[in-house]
Amino acid sequence: MPRYFTRDHEWIEIDGSTARVGITDFAQAQLGDITFVELPAPGTLLTRGGSASVVDSVKAASDVYAPVGGTVTAINASLEDAPDLVNSAPESDGWLWDMTLADPAELDGLLDHAAYAELVAGL
Amino acid sequence: MLATIGAATIDDLFVDVPADALQNGPIAGLPMHASERAVERHMAALSAQALTADQAPFFCGAGAYRHHIPASVDHLIQRGEFLTAYTPYQPEIAQGTLQVLFEFQTQVARLFGCDVANASMYDGSTACWEAVAMATRITRRARAVISGGLHPHYVQTAQTMARFAGDDVCLLPPRATQHSDDAAVIAAINAQTACVVVQYPDVMGRIPDLAAIAAAAHAQGALLVAVVTEPAALGLIESPGTLGADIVVGEGQSLGVGLQFGGPYLGLFACSAKFVRQMPGRLCGETMDADGRRSFVLTLATREQHIRREKATSNICTNSGLCALAFSIHLTLLGGSGLSQMARLSHDRAVRTARALAAIEGVEVINRTWFNEFAVRLPLPAAEAVETLARRGILGGVPMSRLCPERADLADVLLIATSECTELDDIAALAAALKEIVA
Amino acid sequence: MNDFSPADWRAASDTVTGNRALDLEEPLIFELGDVGRSGVDFDGDATEMLETLPRRTAPVDLPGLSEPECVRHYTRLSRQNYAIDLGLFPLGSCTMKHNPRLNEKVARMPGFAAVHPLQPQSTVTGALTVIADLADWLVRLTGMSAVAMSPKAGAHGELCGLMAIHAALDARGEAATRRVILVPESAHGTNPATAAFAGFDVAAIPAGADGRVDLPALLARLGPDVAGVMITNPNTCGLFERDMKAIADAVHAAGGYVYCDGANFNAIVGRVRPGDLGVDAMHINLHKTFSTPHGGGGPGAGPVVLSAALAPFAPLPHVVRDGGGCVGLVEHAVDRPEAFGRMCAFHGQMGMFTRALAFILTHGADGLARVAEDAVLNANYLLARLRDVLDAPFAHTGPCMHEALFSDAGFAEGFSTIDLAKGLIDEGFHPMTVYFPLVVHGAMLVEPTETEGKAALDQFVDAMRDLAQRAKAGDPALRSAPHHAPRRRVDETLAARKPRLVFEAPVQ
Repeated sequence: MPRYFTRDHEWIEIDGSTARVGITDFAQAQLGDITFVELPAPGTLLTRGGSASVVDSVKAASDVYAPVGGTVTAINASLEDAPDLVNSAPESDGWLWDMTLADPAELDGLLDHAAYAELVAGL
Repeated sequence: MLATIGAATIDDLFVDVPADALQNGPIAGLPMHASERAVERHMAALSAQALTADQAPFFCGAGAYRHHIPASVDHLIQRGEFLTAYTPYQPEIAQGTLQVLFEFQTQVARLFGCDVANASMYDGSTACWEAVAMATRITRRARAVISGGLHPHYVQTAQTMARFAGDDVCLLPPRATQHSDDAAVIAAINAQTACVVVQYPDVMGRIPDLAAIAAAAHAQGALLVAVVTEPAALGLIESPGTLGADIVVGEGQSLGVGLQFGGPYLGLFACSAKFVRQMPGRLCGETMDADGRRSFVLTLATREQHIRREKATSNICTNSGLCALAFSIHLTLLGGSGLSQMARLSHDRAVRTARALAAIEGVEVINRTWFNEFAVRLPLPAAEAVETLARRGILGGVPMSRLCPERADLADVLLIATSECTELDDIAALAAALKEIVA
Repeated sequence: MNDFSPADWRAASDTVTGNRALDLEEPLIFELGDVGRSGVDFDGDATEMLETLPRRTAPVDLPGLSEPECVRHYTRLSRQNYAIDLGLFPLGSCTMKHNPRLNEKVARMPGFAAVHPLQPQSTVTGALTVIADLADWLVRLTGMSAVAMSPKAGAHGELCGLMAIHAALDARGEAATRRVILVPESAHGTNPATAAFAGFDVAAIPAGADGRVDLPALLARLGPDVAGVMITNPNTCGLFERDMKAIADAVHAAGGYVYCDGANFNAIVGRVRPGDLGVDAMHINLHKTFSTPHGGGGPGAGPVVLSAALAPFAPLPHVVRDGGGCVGLVEHAVDRPEAFGRMCAFHGQMGMFTRALAFILTHGADGLARVAEDAVLNANYLLARLRDVLDAPFAHTGPCMHEALFSDAGFAEGFSTIDLAKGLIDEGFHPMTVYFPLVVHGAMLVEPTETEGKAALDQFVDAMRDLAQRAKAGDPALRSAPHHAPRRRVDETLAARKPRLVFEAPVQ
């Protein structure tokens, strides 16, 4: 399934008309130990680039932005008890939410794996 | 030292200040320094210009109460390690303050019947507004219903803040009725209501039915914010959290802090565990150190201004640490049973006072029930009666007109408060003087 | 015993009680007391009880202690705290200075401490005079028009100042259009939080290479949507904003107001009047400049001085003096319709007013100027003696004010500001402010205050120089400091992941 990345260090994986969103391994390493993840309620309408979630570490609280517009369909409930999943498996079990795609054309503005790797290498 | 710095004069260090803005010599018209003895004499002379609570039969309340503070409370809070410490941001050398805060949070949570409490706020009135702001964040609604029984200063604080926050305050008018305005509060709750704010006991000492109001609020998806301005009452009546309040705030002054002409006081703030991440203010939590020993540390700071900046839950940047310590020590000396006894005595004195005043022709006790404060209707403006009593050396309560002069219907209402410090002689003196004034 | 190893020492010092001589562990009150025990006895009996009173069924579950148990509990806890009474406390921007004990004595005088805020005014003229006298000093020391005394802390004062600005814009009919408050990146976090809480939008202004506000960037951002600026002066890098007057003039010309965060007023009190620099509103943290005690985190007090343009909007209550010098209180909107409202119950932090006034009267106009001068002298002395071993990012721009800023540049790989700070604990000092301001990487903000003499500063310098060398050399012992404190480094992640905010009795 195709996976894209944002310059704000979110990833989005497309599965037909829906997508799964999380933060990248680079982002979790920057934040340090994640202590809490505030997730959007299912049904929330997200706009591209808008703040959708907040990831807390001990010393920081970072907004997670919606890579594309759409509606939240599900959230990763296991993060409530185990926010450290975002540290240990940011790009698999530590996913944040599932959403519909309002406009697939919005994906065109995102980075592919190679472009994101290049971005991170430059930081 | 100047040589090490490489400066010729102190003024060289102020080189960045524009020359025309730098004072050369002491600011004109202000006195020069004075000795410790001279300042003490000066301040003592000012202090003498007062009729103090200890010199007079004393019946003032309305949000600030006089209780006996054991001598060890003031002794302990003056220990330099408490008095001159900073906010405990370095937990390895601040376990004293941190453990106190953890104990304080637990005491407040138990007193209010809630899951969690924070490390304190400025005072009751600001804590009350913070609770409203928190309720609007949780419910994503902007309308707050405020009971007419809420202390008018708290109402004015909330109204002032709401104007800037863009929140909609539905304020019920204060009324001198036998019972609190529960029915009106319940009728005002609708699907846009974020919270209802109810004082318990209310400003005239009446005791609202919180369970009924909580049920009505919850049915509409709104939260109940209970406000306690006299925590000693909870030695005798049920805790608000137990009755269904979602957020309980209060003024902790009456335990350990003292009257102090209105400040510094102590904002108490407690709520359900599920709302803790929406809570304003500092929090202390339990953890372990590198050797595995129980330790305490300030936690969940990511809600706060120094990290979240413009997205913080509040701009608050302090707590009322030393007042929280005084409150906590006083409560530790009392214990649950001591608090009950203090509450029973305070209530007993109020019952005796009400009975003595009700016997005066023309004086009517308004409340059907109360804890240690009640309202009476006089046949003359209450402010006038209080001034006359003061000239006779009696601090005879707080006229409602002092709090809301715009309410002509409350001009003859006087609030009377008592505590375990109220002597039977004081009651007799008040009753005798009031009888003459009324006649 | 020559072959006695460190491990043996630890084993030998293990005790039955867990205590080590004066190093005493102390349980929680919930583990010590019980609900039936009390350290208070009462006069008289309670026999009267209203039938109508809805009574609780059981006492609140609060443990009580006897007086000796209670005194011991809190005395033992107190010994686990560092405090200004114990030693140098160089916490930049927080200003930890000696708290003269006369101020404590004065605050407890009955005419201030044992009076009710709603007693008849005729019975509290001494207390009202204290407020009026302090207000007069604050106005004169700052060169402003008026002061709002009720704000309960610095951040509360910020809110007061921004609300006064909002009210002034409202009176001009521009509140709806002027929505933006400009805040420098180096600002304390309360500034943007306050602006947002007061209903404004926040726009950040970058810092220039000299650690001061980037004047061209600020000028470029001014416009008809700008309500005002919030500037800290001296700023959070410990530097005086040389362009303050130019900034104020430009903001005023563009129709905005100037809020000055007065957190660092202690650096200039008696030498500079902010009113002369064009400031419209500024809060004064009484604990910083006038040495009311920090108390382990408050209470503070944050009176706000106001320019003539903002003075009419000051919140209630006002303490006023009539022509004959008699003091009184204005408490109600009917008497002062322009006031923007009320910020809290009653009249402000009286207990802090008495302490601050006692401090001011003992120092006088001459002594207060010395307070600023000695604070600036001490900070520059530390800067001069440490800048060869620690990176001082703005030292090249000239002298600092009351605090010296360093960074962790040059530390060994894996070592940061926190390691040096924790090393200071082992040396018997409180750490400086760390990782603030945010504009400097690994910031260390050192504020000695006027309290310290040269001998104390030199001892601190010796410790700092040694720690700086160890951090540069990568001494592993520094990574696990402190070693000698009542606690080692604590697990903050554990505290935040599974918050335990109240005591819960272990399940039997």
